[in-house]
Amino acid sequence: MAIRVRQPGLLTTVQDTGRFGEYAIGMPPSGAMDVFSYQVGNYLVGNEEGAAGLEITYFGPELEFTEDAVIAVTGAEMPPKINGEEVATWETLRVAEGDVLSFDYLKSGARSYLAVAGGIDVPVFMHSRSTYTLIGLGGHEGRALKEGDELKVGEAPARASGQVGKKVDGAHIPEYSREVELRVIIGLASYRVTPESMEEFLSTEWTVTTDADRVGYRYRGGEIKFVEREQPAGAGADPANVVDFGYPIGSIQVPGGVEPIVLMNDAVTGGGYATIGTVISADRDRLAQSKTNDKTRFRQVDLEEALRARKERQRQMAEIRESLG
Amino acid sequence: MSSEVETGLPQARYSYGGDEYVFVELSEAMSLKVNFRAMAITNGLQEENIEGIMDICPSNASYMVRIDPEVLHPDDLISRLKELDEEVGDVHGFELETRVVDVPVMIEDPWTYETLMRFRDRHQDPNATDLEYSARINGYDTKEAFIEALLGSPWLVTMIGFVPGLPWCYQLVPPEEQIEVPKYVRPRTYTPERAFGFGGGFAVVYSVEGAGGYQLFGRAPAPVLDVKQRLKDFQDSIVFPRPGDIFNYRRIDREEYNRIEAEVEEGTFEYKKKEFVFHPDRSLEDPHAYNEEILGVLYGD
Repeated sequence: MAIRVRQPGLLTTVQDTGRFGEYAIGMPPSGAMDVFSYQVGNYLVGNEEGAAGLEITYFGPELEFTEDAVIAVTGAEMPPKINGEEVATWETLRVAEGDVLSFDYLKSGARSYLAVAGGIDVPVFMHSRSTYTLIGLGGHEGRALKEGDELKVGEAPARASGQVGKKVDGAHIPEYSREVELRVIIGLASYRVTPESMEEFLSTEWTVTTDADRVGYRYRGGEIKFVEREQPAGAGADPANVVDFGYPIGSIQVPGGVEPIVLMNDAVTGGGYATIGTVISADRDRLAQSKTNDKTRFRQVDLEEALRARKERQRQMAEIRESLG
Repeated sequence: MSSEVETGLPQARYSYGGDEYVFVELSEAMSLKVNFRAMAITNGLQEENIEGIMDICPSNASYMVRIDPEVLHPDDLISRLKELDEEVGDVHGFELETRVVDVPVMIEDPWTYETLMRFRDRHQDPNATDLEYSARINGYDTKEAFIEALLGSPWLVTMIGFVPGLPWCYQLVPPEEQIEVPKYVRPRTYTPERAFGFGGGFAVVYSVEGAGGYQLFGRAPAPVLDVKQRLKDFQDSIVFPRPGDIFNYRRIDREEYNRIEAEVEEGTFEYKKKEFVFHPDRSLEDPHAYNEEILGVLYGD
């Protein structure tokens, strides 16, 4: 069983939950940017958690199935079509041998996810199938899909057929607005920023620039000033510079004071720019569904609220899983 | 604040990196001692195999731990880290089982020269090369004297990252001899793979081609990252450097560069290296004498 890539779309990659435990050698986790949509796709088709799917960015591919399959499309509103007929998202579908899956233009969000019963069967590299394109590893030959690629699909679980027609309750389907609020825990090297600038950072409506990809999202809209100091040994002369340190996924840095960057799944793992806070894990799904020119505000929360949000998201995912079981 | 008075150590900053990370900045300033502390604490943490820890990342003057907060609450981890910090103290008596490695580099190679000339408009001094500029601002009369200082003493690998395999190296010399240079005014959009660069107080070998802001001094013929694991040194890991490694950057000429490059191509290259138990105390006491000993281990019989 295979999927033949007739058109690759703008950027379509194989992703799973990610490659953890390798950050210390400079290896980011990669993996699905919007974990919620990716996981719910697996629930719909009856896969084990962690089965690899396709992450489809901005503009969808055209894929031909060489055998019958059970699939689901979740995430961004990029209406899928089978043999040219529009089909539902957030719903388990059956496709037959020879069927072609294509996508209409993006209406909202940024990334769609295709789950296939049995998962995309590419080799596991360092305990993950996720693609990390920067150094060309994981996924399908370490790169985004190209025309003519053939992807193997793993053996579908026995329950897959019984999943066809199941739907995610509408209350659980996210709406992707062009205005996003992201909750952050201020910290890391936030002591480098003046209190006035921190207030400005939290009150500014930022705009996503064209540099918004799997490595990170860059924003414009305000200016951050750093506390004056004599730069410590090893840091370098610029006030935005610190002695190079680790960058958490979701961390926010402000090179030059004018362009906050939030690091995402293919992050650079460390460097010499002052970080000022971290987007909480529960909100990274929504960040991943924002795109160039969308508006973003950062709201400060404490650890307790971040942990509550994380629990709530897990509870919701468990509920969806149960409802589709 | 009393502990600060007793030990003379700066107060560490403990911070949440969202709900999944604990970030600890041991000091704002870089020093060999603070890096030894980061290594000792993270090594200690590693040995404890605490459930809920996903990544332990030592860095230059700080470290970071990724956790599953459902299994291990960030505050519980921080409590344990504070205890570990006290146990490690000023790293007196700390030993590090490590390796001393010969890392050949060609200084003023044609590839990084071409690159740095292309990006002159992003540099502090468009009329000098990166090497000439760095020599001047560090008070060296000649470029050669600067190169001699740069390659005259070995380096400690104090952090790996940015991209897979890139080693940050801090020289094992007294603070007053540390070289320091700014990064480019605006980063380059291109840096050749294996470029030998310098930024802030750190020497690096770029593991992959890409953007970069460090001053460019030369190029290494041998890789620090081998995704296909063709070379013997990469059989256990796609990344060669490890935190705590001691690298001796050795100047080579074009002929040796070509020879090593050919060995890498054929898959026969192997770094010259020796096992070594490193004593930070001795390095802090008399770095130059200890360096002689370290290099004796690497190059002696």
